[in-house]
Amino acid sequence: MARDPDPALAKLAARRLTVAATLTVLMCAVYFGFLLLVAYQKPLLGRLVTGGLSYGIAGGVLVIVTAFVLTGVYVAWANRRYDVELARIARAHRDGGGEP
Amino acid sequence: MSAPAPAPAPGQTSATAIVFFFVFIAVTLGITYWAARKTKTTSEFFAAGGNVTGFQNGLALAGDFMSAASFLGICGLVAQSGFDGLIYSVGWLVGWPVVTFLVAEPLRNLGKYTFADVLAYRMQQRPVRVAAATSGLTVVAFYLIAQMVGAGNLIRLMFGLDYEVAVVVVGGVMLAYVLFGGMIATTWVQIVKAVLLLGGALALALLALSRFGMNPLALFAEAASRDPSVLAPGKLVSNPIDAVSLGLALMFGTSGLPHILMRFYTVKDAKAARSSVFYATGFIGAFYLVTFVLGFAAQVIVGRAAIKAADKGGNMAAPLLAEAVGGTPFLGFISAVAFATILAVVAGLTLSGAAALSHDLWVNVVKKGKAPESEQLIVARIATVMLGVVAIALGIAFKGQNVAFMVGLAFAVAASGNFPALVLSIVWRGMTTRGAVAAMVTGTASALALIVLSPTVWVDMFGFAHAVFPLKNPGIVTMPLSFAVGIAASLFEPEAAAAERFAALSRRVQLGPLADAAPDDATPRA
Repeated sequence: MARDPDPALAKLAARRLTVAATLTVLMCAVYFGFLLLVAYQKPLLGRLVTGGLSYGIAGGVLVIVTAFVLTGVYVAWANRRYDVELARIARAHRDGGGEP
Repeated sequence: MSAPAPAPAPGQTSATAIVFFFVFIAVTLGITYWAARKTKTTSEFFAAGGNVTGFQNGLALAGDFMSAASFLGICGLVAQSGFDGLIYSVGWLVGWPVVTFLVAEPLRNLGKYTFADVLAYRMQQRPVRVAAATSGLTVVAFYLIAQMVGAGNLIRLMFGLDYEVAVVVVGGVMLAYVLFGGMIATTWVQIVKAVLLLGGALALALLALSRFGMNPLALFAEAASRDPSVLAPGKLVSNPIDAVSLGLALMFGTSGLPHILMRFYTVKDAKAARSSVFYATGFIGAFYLVTFVLGFAAQVIVGRAAIKAADKGGNMAAPLLAEAVGGTPFLGFISAVAFATILAVVAGLTLSGAAALSHDLWVNVVKKGKAPESEQLIVARIATVMLGVVAIALGIAFKGQNVAFMVGLAFAVAASGNFPALVLSIVWRGMTTRGAVAAMVTGTASALALIVLSPTVWVDMFGFAHAVFPLKNPGIVTMPLSFAVGIAASLFEPEAAAAERFAALSRRVQLGPLADAAPDDATPRA
């Protein structure tokens, strides 16, 4: 019933998980870092970078931009690396693996 | 919550707002008519036949997620307290990258209509589906209550309709979309709404910023010249542990929201699923940035006193700003957009609830997977009507209650009841049926119990002097607890069949439909 796990596929799956977990941890660090700054460094975040822009606002905007950029990093990696490698493995299977 | 004083009728809200409102209803019912003719199978009803593109789904996800509460509520919060509103917006966005990294692709490749499909892929169907449907419906119910009560209040405020009438209108129109047009109509209503909301908010922001040389910093500086505290953190984060607890619920709860997860089945493959979350993250992030500008603009142009006079909760900040910078027609447009926003969110929630009831509970638990297509479609529609009626009844039952905490609760249940079981079953070979059920039951039950014992319910609603549980949001306790119980129950009693199927699951997560070639996976795909 269960076929042997394909080592190439398993390796690629592990790589995807590593990338996904790393990015999740990064996002957590950025967001919870921001929250804790808000909680413990209120005066600092109230200081102005320039007229109208406090460190707090700059930080909040930065978290939003980071969320978008990290998502973009993952999508770019998955489209350029993961999908290409996956297609290669699938092709090898079809050609040499005796798949129906 | 006490009834807000009758709004000092901002301009002639009713006339123009109602014109825009009817145009929106006419267009969306037209879409529903078109969609109804294309909705002949269960796959079309629940997943739009898998024919939605990544970009369209990105807009629809944004439309599913950006609620009237976040548009009007965050504008109001920023208008009243400045920077603190941004903390809130940031929390709503950070769950989306997690959806992209951890759940979007596996979900698309493993399931059909509900997130329970993922669990049922290698575990015993009936226990995991019952547990997943229960926790999923719990999330949907709380989310629905918050949306329906918000709808009643906001529509009364903006259109002067009676609360009950507003709730029935929202429930009725939403029911028409979902019942006849299924996911195809729901998707397009969400897309239309997302475009209107993003476009409307952006236009409003540009109109307001034109008074400040198109420079947001000039606007912020003007606000700070009147009250320097608006650029600094205020009172929102007074208890860091509570803030982190809510943060955890928001960050991981998004990955456990049934109506969001369901949207990944509407696209054709994992690549489209992943790109759709990328678009959604961009749209939602941009929307929150614009909302932040709108809040400050309302603070400066309309003034805090006038906003508070119109509604104590600050919900009229954006509509009043629209009237101030664009006159009555723009006010009407923004009011109609807020209405459209509620409809789209409620439609998505109802459809996901109907999928849990019919696909999980009826077809796969009661009928053990042996229900003909025609029966599935009928049951799906009966479930939709039931949920529509329940939504209206809940909306009316909770009239006048403070339900703002219920969205936070929905996220806490999603993060504790759904997310741990979902992730563990995808990444951990040792996860068992018992572990998954234990994780879902523990997460859901503990989140509910701790909310009841929290200051929000125990003190504010029941009137006790001290809360049994000190935090307003239970996420920091219940999410780790759910993970721990799920892992412990799995280790305590391994399940050979579930472990054996893990290899097939991993193949399927990667290859999707290509893995169908495997002899042990005969799941037909639409």
